[in-house]
Amino acid sequence: MNVRSEALKVAPSVLTTHLIDLASASVRDLNTALHALKHDTNETAWRVIHPRGRHAVAVGIDAPISVEIDGNVGYYCGGMNKLATVLVNGNAGVGVAENIMSGFVHVKGDASQAAGATGCGGFLLIDGNASARCGISMKGVDIVVKGSVGHMSAFMAQAGTLTVLGDAGESLGDSIYEARLYVRGSVTSLGADCIEKEMRDEHKAQLHEKLAAAGLAGEVDVSDFKRYGSARTLYHFHVDNVSSY
Amino acid sequence: MCGIVGLFLKDEALAPELGSMLSTMLGVMCDRGPDSAGFAVYGNRQDGRLKLTLRGPEGTDFAALAKTLEVAAGGPVAVAPRATHAVIAIPADREEAVRAALAAAAPHIAVVGAGTRMELYKEVGLPSEVARRFHLETMTGSHGIGHTRMATESAVTTDGAHPFSTGIDQCLVHNGSLSNHRTIRRRLEKEGIPVATDNDSEVAAAYLTYRMGEGASLGQALEASLKDLDGFYTFVVGTESGFGVLRDPIACKPAVMAETDRYVAFGSEYRALVDLPGIEDAKVWEPEPAKVYFWDRAA
Repeated sequence: MNVRSEALKVAPSVLTTHLIDLASASVRDLNTALHALKHDTNETAWRVIHPRGRHAVAVGIDAPISVEIDGNVGYYCGGMNKLATVLVNGNAGVGVAENIMSGFVHVKGDASQAAGATGCGGFLLIDGNASARCGISMKGVDIVVKGSVGHMSAFMAQAGTLTVLGDAGESLGDSIYEARLYVRGSVTSLGADCIEKEMRDEHKAQLHEKLAAAGLAGEVDVSDFKRYGSARTLYHFHVDNVSSY
Repeated sequence: MCGIVGLFLKDEALAPELGSMLSTMLGVMCDRGPDSAGFAVYGNRQDGRLKLTLRGPEGTDFAALAKTLEVAAGGPVAVAPRATHAVIAIPADREEAVRAALAAAAPHIAVVGAGTRMELYKEVGLPSEVARRFHLETMTGSHGIGHTRMATESAVTTDGAHPFSTGIDQCLVHNGSLSNHRTIRRRLEKEGIPVATDNDSEVAAAYLTYRMGEGASLGQALEASLKDLDGFYTFVVGTESGFGVLRDPIACKPAVMAETDRYVAFGSEYRALVDLPGIEDAKVWEPEPAKVYFWDRAA
């Protein structure tokens, strides 16, 4: 395994950044090292270089650590994350932060399809655009996309929030259950059972909290957003709605 | 799954590198489709000549075959064998005669592509090995496309490998599956556009040939396929001077593009693009569903 420690010249004590170079180490080496970390680990700072679009980088972490990845990653980066902060200095492929449980995943560039899919908790921040099916079947994750999202985003979303500063593509929130969708720009179309809803104070407060968590406090006006959510007409089968299923 | 790559050079200085760049891209995509591979490269034009890419069984004596075609070609036939394929350059106005002579003399030899600039190679086997057998890394040209196949809609045969070429200097690679290819095939046959194999992707190639034959540009032909072709697809298409990309309206299959001052590149995944020169500073984006992208040198 090619893992070397790089002493940072900040304090003589403990702060060490573990550097993993994927030009020589494998993704399995990286993930094995990360999976071995306990919740009380002191090895909290990790840096990954030369990811070159590889899949499954920094997946399945269960420790309060920080992993910074320099470059573009492939599929499922930061998937199943618990507790960790994963920062991608580049674009992310399909399924970034898929099934995230907690922690924070931040993509500085664009994300491909199914970003934050099935996420149960935690926070996903995308500075650029996310492609189709962002937040598909989300179950509690908070997602903030500074750019736009593609079609079928928040499809079958069950809990959590999706905040989009740009536009949303076709069929936003199709077959949505209970998640809250906040969109500042245009929405091409709403999916089955998704409707625009009133922005009450509690929603403005929630949106403000999510924007603050994304580092956007004071930069964006919550009153520019519209809220979308479930009309709750498809919860139980009713023959009058058969064409909507 | 399948993997697709494509490269369209804007900077002519890169032409000698085209084959090596494409070869590396294709090699990286091996794990998306390990059963067969193919590629088309747009190289130098020879005035008044048409290049036919022939495919034969292992050990075919292409030099002897070329000799037998000389009468039909009206003179010497230059031949450049590469493993199971060979490119012969014939006078463009003798194409019909040469094809007839070839069918008579060697019915087991297939013409896999024809063009003033296009050469096309495809075989079963691991993509990196296929590229190596044909010495893709030594080829020069202005643009090229490649495919690594995971067979879904038809058998693992060389006939089922991509690219598919159904018109002069035209070729297509496809990731996905078309659901209405039999209907389109029947329509094309009525229009006199034959489809040689069982492969759904060849139908897509033939459809574009039909549209362009009606006078459509590559961009217009791709636009029309959004209406007529049903199913999942990411297409990457080459013409004599152009390079096009199209994804179906739900963007079922993956795609990444990169553009610099020197080239436009396509990959099913970003991994395929990582060795391109200047990729760190390239504009990298995911092509939008149902949006036609194309570049043309002649424009």
